[in-house]
Order: sequence, then structure tokens, then C-alpha cells
Amino acid sequence: MDYLLEALGIGISFPGVRALGRVDFRLRRGEIHALMGQNGAGKSTLLKILSGVYRPYEGRVLLRGQETRASSPTEAQRAGISTVHQELNLIPTLSVAENLFLGIQPLRAMRQIDWKKIHKEAEKVLSRLNLKIDVSEQLNSYSVAVQQLVAIARALLFSADVLILDEPTSSLDKEEVSNLFSVMRGLKADGLGIVFVTHFLDQMYEISDRATVLRNGELVGEFEVAKLSRIDLITAMVGEEVSARRAEEKFERRRVAASEPTPLLEVREATRFGAVAPFDLSFNRGEVLGFAGLLGSGRSEAARLIFGVDGLDRGEVRMDGHVIKLSSPHDAIAAGMGFCPEDRKTEGIIGALSVRENIILALQANRGIFNRLSRAEQENIAERFISSLSIKTPNGEQAVRNLSGGNQQKVIIARWLASNLRLLILDEPTRGIDVAAKTEIQKLILTLADEGLAVLFISSELDEVTRCCQRVAVWRDRRKIGELSGDDARVENIMETIARGREESGGENI
Amino acid sequence: MKKFALNIIRSPYFWSLVFLAALFAFNLAFTERFGVVEVKDGRLYGNIIDILRRSVPTMLLGTGMTLVIATGGIDLSVGAIIAVAGAIAALLARGNFHFMIIVLPPLLAAAVAGCWNGFLVAKAGIQPFVATLILMVSGRGVAQLLCGGQIIKFSHPAFEYLSAGYVFGLPFGLYLSAGVLLSVWLLTRRTALGLFIESVGINPVASRHVGISASRIKLLVYVFSGICAGMAGLVLTTEIRGADANNVGLNLELDAVLATVLGGTSMTGGKFYLAGSVVGALIIQTLTTTILARGVARPATLVVKAFVVILISLIQSPSFRAQVLRMGKAGEARA
Repeated sequence: MDYLLEALGIGISFPGVRALGRVDFRLRRGEIHALMGQNGAGKSTLLKILSGVYRPYEGRVLLRGQETRASSPTEAQRAGISTVHQELNLIPTLSVAENLFLGIQPLRAMRQIDWKKIHKEAEKVLSRLNLKIDVSEQLNSYSVAVQQLVAIARALLFSADVLILDEPTSSLDKEEVSNLFSVMRGLKADGLGIVFVTHFLDQMYEISDRATVLRNGELVGEFEVAKLSRIDLITAMVGEEVSARRAEEKFERRRVAASEPTPLLEVREATRFGAVAPFDLSFNRGEVLGFAGLLGSGRSEAARLIFGVDGLDRGEVRMDGHVIKLSSPHDAIAAGMGFCPEDRKTEGIIGALSVRENIILALQANRGIFNRLSRAEQENIAERFISSLSIKTPNGEQAVRNLSGGNQQKVIIARWLASNLRLLILDEPTRGIDVAAKTEIQKLILTLADEGLAVLFISSELDEVTRCCQRVAVWRDRRKIGELSGDDARVENIMETIARGREESGGENI
Repeated sequence: MKKFALNIIRSPYFWSLVFLAALFAFNLAFTERFGVVEVKDGRLYGNIIDILRRSVPTMLLGTGMTLVIATGGIDLSVGAIIAVAGAIAALLARGNFHFMIIVLPPLLAAAVAGCWNGFLVAKAGIQPFVATLILMVSGRGVAQLLCGGQIIKFSHPAFEYLSAGYVFGLPFGLYLSAGVLLSVWLLTRRTALGLFIESVGINPVASRHVGISASRIKLLVYVFSGICAGMAGLVLTTEIRGADANNVGLNLELDAVLATVLGGTSMTGGKFYLAGSVVGALIIQTLTTTILARGVARPATLVVKAFVVILISLIQSPSFRAQVLRMGKAGEARA
């Protein structure tokens, strides 16, 4: 069998991490091949190797049977491998035609740019994608969907054989997605090989012929999509050993707390257009509620709504039965919430401030500018949490950016524990931290719940969710599709729920 | 005491302090009568007193600018606010009103100007450079309109006390800037304001997540910078007993930025050092005085200033220091 693109035994290591190990990937002419995997599975690493960003790597990449060693994206593009990224590599303030021909502009005599030819060629290549627009208009005057097609057209100008589309549908609406898909089908008929990365399962099933699944930097397998059931796909992505691993860990599963007459916090019909479909939720004291779902399923967006980071378009949130105003995190904090965001570095820590200052910051913000905690009080609070959460730092005056990921996470948790906390929201609190610190943080969460705190725990790792939570809300395609509690909250059930989805949802983008 | 010394050595304006000391040492050795302080009619006179007195406007501006820069912003409009405040004060001073009636309206106008800057930056989300550039250009126009294109002269002894007055032998302006500095220090370090300003400057997103209202903090620092500029405007106007809308406070915004940066506050925002900004302002004025005392032509002073600034910036840059260190090691290895 002749392959258009064949990557054999690909591996690469970064300082301290084995990012990819012995991965094979084969792309045929005229096929759409999905690359699937969870966050951190190695999809982007593989794409970056194929498109010449990362070098050197182990293994070989064969393009049309010839070994290729592209050392830059430009070289890869010349060789025939073009990538269209999620963040488009186009210049918004140049015209469509200029964007298409930037760097490859045809010249007339005296090194003058042949504008006539550029405009004609631009229209021609866009018509191949069923796109009739004024190519002299500025690129950013068109929608993201059109810009995406322009990026694809630019790839075609390089006579691409291999087209890599990295999350092309994440910001498109339903109609734009189906238009993109018809373009993809057209290119497929022309004999191109298309690598398609998405986290929308329905879209993957709609358009792809084959799928290669990666997990933890390793190849799980190549599948024919027509013969691949959803549950098998999700198992391949999430891993089946999780259930086995779970049995080894000696975490005692906690009983479901007897539900109280009024929950601590109640969310009704909370909606944000384009981010989360309406959902209901309730939080109880002493209970850990989990959010499970794949990347982009809406779980983080829902958490941001509850904490007031993004405003509610519709719906309400009640604390102790009373509706609360939620126009900023400040309101949520005043009501007793705390939030450890997914991106610790850019949204959580204040890097240049000391551990002490980071810990007392939320409490101080709640007390206001003039009610300053004295230095002695600050040091007391900091010392208390440094020892009770065993935060590893030489002293409280260390800048928090110098701490390891796990310890930074503890500092953020300490920040909330120091204020009048009633509901703690943790978005991927254990991502990117080592195994020992992970277990420590999980234990900490359970202890806090035992002390009466309500906890919202969001994680991509299903075994972690099932281990720590009494109740699990399952998310897919930006909606809450189910809730499992007690003994039903098992990894298999969650995977099945995600796979089944909601009948009418059909993977639409809201 | 030992801890205090250690803190100074570790502070980001340590090298500026060293440079200032070196500048003084140079002058004491080579500039005639530099260190001499005379007493006439119970007032102190001399080069050093002169340097202190002349650096008052830069210190005032630098105090406000330090807080603005700490939030990751910049205020280019302070020079223009000086002109506006000066024009209003001069017009009122001609009317022979009470001191307070001359002083309060300009300060109020300066606060309104700062409020406008703060609104553009914090609420409208315009980049600070552009937002304050608007007033930098239009402010001087407003001042000229107020003055009717003329230099407005006045004579009002009570008002002139701002620059001509002496208290316990020292110029009144020194007490003014010391008072402002002290109250800002108290306001930022004895309340949580300083912490919030630094937090917003370092990471605005994370600050919002802990419940700090970044827009309120930003609004506040621009208003404050405006008021500081208003005060500097009053001092400068009384010095020449007139409002010169075209020239008063010209390019002073850049001196204020320079003083702040020499003082160790980073242009990217974050930790700020009020004492450092004072050192920066003193360096700028001492340098000017030194160059003039050495008989260098006035236009050349700017060139000399530029070299000194490059020098201090390089010494303070951690990456430059690391590079020099590496080159030194490479040299050793070769030898």
C-alpha cells in the first residue's frame, strides 16, 4: 500500500518529559484522517513534527515514499505539507489577496509585484473552495469561517498534498461547519490527504474515514471510523487501565451526603450564549461534586459562570435560597466562593508577589483597601497554611513563581481557605503536577469536604473524578448531559454517558 | 540596622543610589563651592539646596507616575496638566483672591483631567500610551486658550510662597514634596492599596479572580497622577510668576518616567519603589546642575544625560549583567 504520508516510530523528548514515543501515523491519498486524544496526549506535538516545527526527533517521516526532513514550517509547506492552525497565521489588516500571496508574490519586471495576477489567482483559488468574495478587502472584514477558508486556500497555493487542520471548527457555527466539511470533501476528491484534529466527536464521525488515537504520548491504534463505536473511541482516548488503577489506590469512596432541604448553592437555567447551554446544578455542604467531560465540553465555561468571571445571559444563582448578584468574581467571593482556575500561571498566581502576599490577597480584597491586615497577621496566616498544607517554600517571602506547580496550586487553595470559604471551585487542580503532589491535593480536597466545605472538582482524568466525588455532572458539546451519583458514578458509566450524549444534541455548536 | 542595609543593597535602585553618591562625590571634589551651604537671613543657600529645590516638580510628578507605571500604564499628559493648572492659577492670582481660591480650582481641574485619563484607560480600555497622549496634545491647547495666547503675569505674595517661601531655613517646596511622598507612602503601604496596585500591574486577570477591581484601582492612580501634576504646575507657575502655556512643564512627563524607571519600577508594571523614584529625580537634577556647573553648553546636557541613562539602565538590567558575567568567565577560561 502506498501512503501519501507515513510517520514511523516518531518520538521526541523535552527536558524532563517524554512527549511522544514510537508513534506511527499513516495518511492515504484522498482520505480524511482524524487525530484524536485528550489534552496532553501528544496530538499537537505530532503535528508540529510533521510540519517541521520540532527537530530533531526520533523516527522517520516519508512523504510520497521519500524521506523528508523539513526543518521549518516553510520548508514543510514547500514540500507539500501545509498546516492551518486554530489561531490563524494570517495578518488581519492585510487584504485577502495579500494574505494569500505573502512571501510568494509573483513579480513583474523590475521586481515589482504583479497585482493583476495576484488578484486573478486569488479569485481562482478561492473559487475552488466555493468562495466568491472581494479579494481586495481587508481580511478581518470577513468572518472567522471565511478567514479559515482563506488559510486553506493559501495552503493550496503551495500545491499542498497534505493538509493539516488543527481544530478548524472550534469557533464556527453549525452552517459554517457544514460548509467547511463540503470543502473538505471536495479536496478529498481531488486526492489530498487531510489530517483533522477536533474535540467534537460528532464532527469526527461525520467527516473522517480513519482515526488515529493517541494517549499520554503513545499510539493507541488506528481505526476505521465506520467500524469504531463511540464507547471504544472514548475508551481508547481515556484509557481502560483507569479502572484497574483505581482499585489499587486505597482511597475510600465516600458516602453520598444526606441531601439537605436547601442546598448551599443552586444554579437554575444558567446560560451564556455561545459558551454554555442552560443548566441546573446544586451544591451541598460537605460534598465534592465532579464535572466530567472531554476538552471543550463546556465544563470550564460553566465553572466560570458560577464564579462570575463571565456574566450570565440568562438564569440565576441562589446561595442559601437567596438569589445573588454575580457581575464579577468579587460578588462570588463575597458570597463565599473561591476559584482555582485551569491556567494557574496566567489566571491564578500573581507571580512576582510573595507566597505570603498571594495567600492573603483574596482575604484582603474582601476586607477592602483600608482594612489592611497587619504584617504580623499576614505572616501568621501565611505560616499557618504553609505548614498545614505543607507548602514547600524556604519562607513566606519567596516569590510564588519560584515554586513548583503543585506548591503554587496549594498557595491558591490556601488563598481561598484564608477567606470565608463555603464553595471551592477547582478547575483541573492536578494538571501538570507530579504524582505525589496530585495525591496530596486529592486528599486535601476530601479533607476539606469532610470539614463541611462544598467543592466543585473539574478534571479530565475520569478516575480522579470518580475517586474524589460523590456526584458527577457529565458535560458534552457545551451542555450538561447527565448527572451520576453514588455507585453509578463510575468511569464506565461516565464514558457511556459521554458517548451516548443527548439524542437531539447532534454535536451542534451553540 | 543590618537588615535595613541589606534591604538597600538588594533593592532594585541600589545602583542608582550608588550613581547618585558618585555624582555627589565627583562634584564635591571638582566643582567649586559645591558642598558649601551658606546661611543668609536664616535661609540656607547653596548648590545642594538648589538641587533639592529644583527637583521638587519632578519628584511630585514621579510620585504619581510611579503608581501609574506600577499598574502597567503610563501618563504622558502630566506636562500638559501642568500647563492647564498653571493657566487657571495665574488667571485667579491676577484677581487677588485668597490663597485657597487660587490653589483649589487648578487642583480640581487636574483631578478631572486625571479622571478623564483613568476613564479612557480603565473603562474604555484604550492603551494608556494613546489615552494619555490625547490629553498631552489637547491639554496644552486648552491652556493656551485660557491664556489667550499670552503669558499671563501676576503678583500675589501669598501664592508665590509655594516656591519663594522658606520654612526653618529650607524652601517650602521641599516640605510639599516630602509631605506628598509621605502621605502616598502611608496610603499605599499602610493600607492594602499598594498591594492591590502591584497585583493589578503584575497579573490583571488573576487580580480580578481574587476580587480586586482593576478598573477602580487604575482610575485612582490616574486621578492621583493628575493631582500631582496640578501641584507641580502650581510650583512651576509661581517660580516665574506667570503662566507660559507653551513652555511650562515641557517634556517633564519624560523626566518623570525616567525618574520612575531609574528608581527601579519596571515599565511592565508590578512592584514599585517610591524612594527609588526620589533617587531618580535627584539624579536627573544633580546631573543637570553638574553639567551646567562644569560649563558644558546647554544643548550638550541632553547628550550627556542620555549617556548616563543608558549606563544606569545597563547596570540595572539583569540580562546585561549576566552577559557581562559570562563574558568575564569566558575570558578567564581563555586565559
